[in-house]
Amino acid sequence: MIRVVLPAHLRTLARVDGDVLVDVEGDLTQRSLLDALESRFPQLRGTMRDHVTQKRRAYVRFFACGEDLSHERPDAPLPRAIAEGVEPFLVVGAMAGG
Amino acid sequence: MSSVRLLVGTRKGAFVLTADGKRSDWRVEGPFFAGWEVYHLKGSPADPHRIYASQTSSWFGQIVQRSDDGGATWQPVGNRFDYDGEAGTHLWYDGTPHPWEFARVWHFEPSASDPDLVYAGVEDAALFRSRDGGLSWEELSGLRRHRSAPGWQPGAGGMCLHTIVIDPRNANRIYAAISAAGAFRSDDAGETWRPINRGLRSSGIPDPNAEVGHCVHRIAMHPANPDTLFMQKHWDVMRSDDGGEQWREVSGNLPTDFGFPIDVHAHEPQTIFVVPIKSDSEHFPIDGRLQVYRSRTGGDEWEALTDGLPQRNCYVNVLRDAMAVDRLDSCGVYFGTTGGQVYASPDGGDSWKAIVHDLPAVLSVEAQTLA
Repeated sequence: MIRVVLPAHLRTLARVDGDVLVDVEGDLTQRSLLDALESRFPQLRGTMRDHVTQKRRAYVRFFACGEDLSHERPDAPLPRAIAEGVEPFLVVGAMAGG
Repeated sequence: MSSVRLLVGTRKGAFVLTADGKRSDWRVEGPFFAGWEVYHLKGSPADPHRIYASQTSSWFGQIVQRSDDGGATWQPVGNRFDYDGEAGTHLWYDGTPHPWEFARVWHFEPSASDPDLVYAGVEDAALFRSRDGGLSWEELSGLRRHRSAPGWQPGAGGMCLHTIVIDPRNANRIYAAISAAGAFRSDDAGETWRPINRGLRSSGIPDPNAEVGHCVHRIAMHPANPDTLFMQKHWDVMRSDDGGEQWREVSGNLPTDFGFPIDVHAHEPQTIFVVPIKSDSEHFPIDGRLQVYRSRTGGDEWEALTDGLPQRNCYVNVLRDAMAVDRLDSCGVYFGTTGGQVYASPDGGDSWKAIVHDLPAVLSVEAQTLA
């Protein structure tokens, strides 16, 4: 199972407390992970990436293993530590505003 | 006994304010969707328990929430607003072509007869319709495909379709207003549109009498008199008596005719309300005195309403969707401010009292009159 940490607003929208565990079939990539996340929580569709273009929203970032993976290709493999459930995949809302 | 429910959208969530018919003691619930901008909430006239809310964020985009129990509980519904076909371009602030990009829903207008039918006005300007209670949305693209659309430009707040008015006699007649393109009318349920801006004069555009390009802030109609429309434009309060074919200015003795909201008394089709704002660069009341102006003659002759409103050191604004009326025998009038106050007048504007003082900046106020 992949551990995902959502920002507070998306946890509220998904009606979950704490981290989320999702099962990803096949290769673990940003795309397959977000597909699985949105499949489990349909209300998150459109909140992290565009419905049509699948482009990451400008003020959303993806962190893992101390790295910013936001600019990685959507189909690039995610680090093994995420796949093994050792490290979480963090969905982060950019720090800005009030 | 009748009661009133106010649906208040703010910069940091939604609030539901309820009172009995006396409208003196209010119960305040919220924030719902805390931390998100809630541009607008509106209940279905056909089923007042059905409410649509626009929850939006620069971070996480658009969410549409729906309540089927009068705002007690909410469910996210469809949030996919895809422009029909090739989105095309409009003009950007610098005059260059800019692709149409969905940003948020500014306004919901539920059908008078079908709780599942609702229209959404969005930024970048377009009109969407849902026939299934908000689960899915389709663009009525005839508006965005009007020949003038490639020349539309955003106002300072974005290029938003913020006003939707449906003729109660004929649901095929729909009015829409866009900042800063102007007013438009459809007579075929939104399939085709034409500009209805004749008589508007806007000194801030190259041709003051242009067919489009006017910064219309709000249009209001009384259901008993649907050919008469009242408009608060960027500057100027206007009136049309022929469904928008021709407009004339009715600013009369207003101290300033800049402002955002305009609304009509529930039982007096010629009684209208505006909140004069000093200017387009100073978005606050003149001399720090918050005044609603009422005309009982459909414009031209205006009186200041001040009883209960702050008459010094008040520098708030009242946004375009932040005024509403109820339908009780003594018509209630309500408005919210960017300072977080919601004011109520249970006597048609004669006297006012703040229901709440310290909400986040108020973006919208709608009133539901409940049996």
